[in-house]
Order: sequence, then structure tokens, then C-alpha cells
Amino acid sequence: MTSRSAAPPWWRNRRYLPWLVQGVVALAVGVVVAFLLSNLLLNLTARGLLLSWSWLGQPAGFDLAESILPFDASLPYWRALLAGLVNTLRVVIAGLVGATVLGTLIGTASFSSNGLLRGLARVYVEVIRNIPLLLQLIFWYFVVFLALPNGTDAIQLPGLVLAKSGLFLGDPQLVNGVWQAPLRFSVEFGALLTGLVVYTAAFNAEVVRGGIASVPKGQWEAASSLGFAPLVTLRRIVLPQALRVIVPGLNSQYISLAKNSSLAVACGFTDLYSVSETTLNQTGRAVEVMLILLGSYLVIDLVISALMNGLNGLVQLKER
Amino acid sequence: MAPAPPATLRPGPWQWLRRELFGSRLDGLISIALLGFLLAAALGLAKWAIFQAQWTVISANSTLFAVGRYPLEQQWRLWLLTTLLALATGLSWGLLRALPRSGSSGPPPILWPRNDRWAAAILVLLALWRPLALQLTLAIQLRWWAITALLLLARWAAGRWGQALPPLVRRLIPLIWPLLYLVGMVLISGGLGLVQVAPSDWGGLLLTLLMATFAILLCFPLGVLLALGRRSTLPLLRWGSLLYIEFIRGAPLITLLFLGQNILGFLLPGGLAPDRVWRAAWVLTFFAAAYVAEAVRSGLAAVPAGQLEAARSLGLSMPFALIHVVLPQAMRVALPATVGQFITLLQDTTLLSLIGLLDLLGTARTVMANPAFLGRNAEVYLVLAVLFWCCCAALGLGSRALETRLNPNLAPSR
Repeated sequence: MTSRSAAPPWWRNRRYLPWLVQGVVALAVGVVVAFLLSNLLLNLTARGLLLSWSWLGQPAGFDLAESILPFDASLPYWRALLAGLVNTLRVVIAGLVGATVLGTLIGTASFSSNGLLRGLARVYVEVIRNIPLLLQLIFWYFVVFLALPNGTDAIQLPGLVLAKSGLFLGDPQLVNGVWQAPLRFSVEFGALLTGLVVYTAAFNAEVVRGGIASVPKGQWEAASSLGFAPLVTLRRIVLPQALRVIVPGLNSQYISLAKNSSLAVACGFTDLYSVSETTLNQTGRAVEVMLILLGSYLVIDLVISALMNGLNGLVQLKER
Repeated sequence: MAPAPPATLRPGPWQWLRRELFGSRLDGLISIALLGFLLAAALGLAKWAIFQAQWTVISANSTLFAVGRYPLEQQWRLWLLTTLLALATGLSWGLLRALPRSGSSGPPPILWPRNDRWAAAILVLLALWRPLALQLTLAIQLRWWAITALLLLARWAAGRWGQALPPLVRRLIPLIWPLLYLVGMVLISGGLGLVQVAPSDWGGLLLTLLMATFAILLCFPLGVLLALGRRSTLPLLRWGSLLYIEFIRGAPLITLLFLGQNILGFLLPGGLAPDRVWRAAWVLTFFAAAYVAEAVRSGLAAVPAGQLEAARSLGLSMPFALIHVVLPQAMRVALPATVGQFITLLQDTTLLSLIGLLDLLGTARTVMANPAFLGRNAEVYLVLAVLFWCCCAALGLGSRALETRLNPNLAPSR
């Protein structure tokens, strides 16, 4: 029996304990990682798939359903992946704008003096948030957009035609039963964009609602007693203060939207993920394709974060 | 009892409607436009649901949607599991309902809705209506009724005699849930004398629920560990957790599932890689753990540093102080966000259909590929949406009830 005043054994000494714990953890993680990597190397060598990037220059051999960049099957893989990335960026940027506008409208609607409008805003958020996005995307594509009429039955508005063959903008003409216009968006793009905007708007609406609710009620009352109209109060007095809470919240929603755009494959849109999947199936280069995919999404996330942090710096309270 | 508010301040339903919908001229116009829109939408939906929709696509495939291609002669195992689940639910429900209410001054326990008779009524209505709506055969209908009756019987019996049980037995009763989970796994997958059913034969709601519960149960402890690591003072733990969390959160789930399906085989020695279904389950778990970690971290941040310091200075060891002092307080704050992540996880199981597994959505897609049901997209996806909505909304409601229950300012004191 040792006396109570004896120093604790070395493995409970406060000076060594942290290093002991970290050493054990580092050893465990290191062993696991080394085990996985050695297997990876062994397996890849056995199949002749060691890390190499030269296949990026080989002709892709598949065509893309849509691409802004000129593309055909004879162009190399990296051009296909680039076209996919551009398609992803296109839908992400359009989605950010759409989801912000719709989300702000719905978020502010929950402060309307009209009870029905308030209720509807609440119902919208509760319904959309509790249904999986993938299910919504499939619904928009197969049930709504693929059921659109074609030819002369298409939905026609001045300067705009919505048909099963796509959305046509800028004076569409019907040539031999096929719509043609300077600007065409495919229904795949339309379904993906609609789904993403409707889904993300529900989350954005909650962020906006939380932001506006964070502004003390006295601000509204003071503005109204000074004679400001409700909309002017919202725009000039409440929103600038609410933005301090809203912008950080929107940041994470925007990143979610960028990541969610990878579900494009469910409605047949050729985004980065969908092109990568085809590339992998053709080349078998799983590790390289994976690295490209993860890297691209990481860069998109970082860019969004950086932009939003810049915006955050602009709206934060300047305290002298 | 507070005195009733003056009658004049309480508008009647008519005045209330007038104030809410027709407060000003603009409000009136908006209300009329919205009412017209709602009426048109409701009429259109009703017309479609009654005259155009062909709901046989649901009833003809109800088994497929429920359990996928689970072998018919082994389905008794799933019935047995459902019966056990109903018994356990009834037992827990009855016991919780009969918990002694604290003195008449405190508010009643809120965790189990005061009007849990309503919950029972809804359950009975659903049990009566659902088999009819699905046009199940009489034998299966009878089974559902019997299971519902058993649940209600267990609830009644537990409420009647539960309090008479010795305290030790009552404390052991929550253990039936983990036990039931293990029994359920054996019943579903086979082993211990039962015929093996390969995971590739699981499908539909069975696969969705199995994946979701598996990932939820495992991602939670992982997430708590990661959150503790993220806030640790040991640089290696902190940076390791940070790296992991940010890596997972930076990647879309679909790319990680894709990684699981295509690269896990390379990372493990030949033959050791798990089945496709289990690979997906582990990816879901590790994915959700990073998000749960962030939710728990926000809870940990809300606990004053003095709590840990006080616990340590009282002589509690670090793990003991964390488990008994810091985490209980942190979890109370982190609860809504954590349950929010669980709801997201349940929704994320639909992504399994993109890597070729037959979860609910995957099953729906195979049904759509059957020429007999061509063009019945709307019916199937609408039913799935309602199903997911009910599950997620119920989880959300439960979380809110639990939050109120755990709030020290509202909960009855012992």
C-alpha cells in the first residue's frame, strides 16, 4: 500500500498524460491509414491502375446531352469533366439567385399582417423541409416537366415558350413542329433548378425569418411612429439589422445547395458528378475521378464561403 | 388558476377571421386571391385523385414497397418482429403514461402528449383505414388488426400494473429496446438457425428504416466523440477531428457513397470488403457523424467552462466529468439540431437509390420501369412524399416535446 501523499504513477501524471493519449490516438490512426493505403497500393498495382493522369488526354468517346462549352465525343476526358463542371456552376449560380429571392419572399411573408399568407408561408416551409430533395427532384422531372405538351400545345407567353423540349426565350418560332429560339434551357436543367430553388428556399426562408425576428420589436414600433410605411421600415430599418444574422445562416444553405446540385443525375442533367460517373465506368480510374470530384466540390464550397464571409464583413455593425 | 381575461379582449371566430384576413384593403385583396388559388388547387387535386389517378399501382405493389424482394416464405420473421415492436412500444407507452405526476402545482409531464388518447385514436383509425386503402387480403388485414390490438393491450396492461413492478425491473425495461434491435437484426438477416437472407434481398421500407436506424444509432456516439475531440485542448485530437469534419462536410453525400461503392474494395484486402448494402450503411454513418459532431459542438459551447472546472476541482476524472456534468447540459442545447440531423439522415437514405440499392425510392423506380405501371409516376411519388413527410414531421414533433420536457424551467421537479 502506498501512502496517499505519494506522487501518482507516471501514466497518470498530468505532464505526460496528454502526450500519452495523443500518442496512442496517433498510433491507432496511423496504423489504420497505413493499412488502408498499403492495400490500396497493392490492389491498384495488381490491376495496373496506379495513379496516373495521362488518361485525361484520351478522347472521351461519349457525348453530353447539353453543354455551354463546345463538346463532342472526340474531345478528351478533361474537356468532358470541364463541361460538367461548367454545367454544375451554371445550375448553382442560378439556384443561388432563385433560392435567395424566393426564400426572402417567403421569409418576409411570415411577418405579413395577413393571417392566411402567414399560414401559407409556414405550411410551405414545413411541407418542403420534410420531403427528401431527391424525391422532389424526381417529382419535378418525371411528373411535371416530362408531362409538358410539345409543339403547338406548348405553354406560350410573349417571348417565352415552355414545352417538353425545353424552355425557349427570346422570340421562339415553331419550325416544322419544333420550337427554336436564341436561348434554350433543357427540361433537365429546368427540373433540377426548380427542385433546388424550391427546396433551398424553404431553408432560406427560415434563416430570413430568424433574422427578422432577431430585430427588436421596438425598431418596428419606432419606425412606424416616425411615419415610415411597413415596406419602407422593412427595407430601410429592419433588413439592414437582420442581415447581420441572416448572412452567416445563408452561407451554410448556399454550400448545401452547391452540394445538393450533385443530385442532378436523378433528372438526367449532365453535371460534374454525372460526367464523372460515366468517366469512371469507361476508364475504371476510381481514385483519380474521386479526387477530381472531391477537389472540385471543395473549391466551390470554399469560394462560396469566402464570398459570403466578405459580404458578412460588409453588413456587420461597424463599431468605431 | 389565473382569472379569465376580460371578455372584450377575446375576439370571436368571426372577428378573428375579419382581423386576420381583411385587416386592410390590401390584405383583403391578398386573401381573396389566395383563397381563390387554394380553392382551385384543392379542386384540381381532388379531381385528379378521384377520377384520373389509378391507385392500383400502390396496392398491387404493397409488398414490394414494404419489404422489397424479401423471400415470401421467410416473411413470417418480419411479422414476428413487427409484433415484438408493437409489444415493446405498447409497454413503454403505458409505463411512461403512468409515470407519477409531480405535485398538482407543477405542469403535467409534457413528453407524452397530455391527450395521448388522441394518439391512440389516430393509431386505431390508421390501423383500420390503411389495410382497406391498400386493399390487402383479409389474412393480412387481420394480422394488422391483431398487432394493433396487442399494442393497445400492452399499453393498457403496462399502465395498469406497471407501477406495481419492483423498481429494479422497471429500470431494466428500457433495455428491451437495444435487445430488440439485436433480435431484429438476427430475424431480418438470419443466422442462429434461421435461413440467411442476403442484404441484396432487403428492400423498400424495410431497407430504408434499417439503414436510417443503423446510421442514427452509430453516428450519435461517433459524433459526440468527434465534437469532444474538436474542442479538446490536445492539438492532435483537435486537428484530427477538425480535418475529418471539414472533409466530410465539404463533400456531397453522393460522392461519398460513390467512394464507398468503388474505392472501399481497393482499401481493404480482397474479400474483406462488406456487402454493397453495408458499405452504404457505413458511409451514411460516417457522413452523419460529422454533422452530428457540429450540432453537439454547439451544445458543448453553450456549457460554461466553469462547469468542467468545478467538476474537475471536485476530483472527478476527465471522462467522468464530461459524461456526468458537461454532456448532459450540452445535449439539452444540442438536441434540436441533432434531431434535425437525424431527420436529414432519414431523408438522405433516398440517395441509396442512386447507387442501385432498392430502398423505398429505388423500389419506386423499379416499379415505374414495369410497363404495366407506365406513367403512374405522380401516384407513387406522391405516396412516398406523404410517407416521408409523416415520418420526418413525427420526429420533429417528438424532438420538440422532448425539448420541452428537458427544459429545467418547465419540467416537474422530482
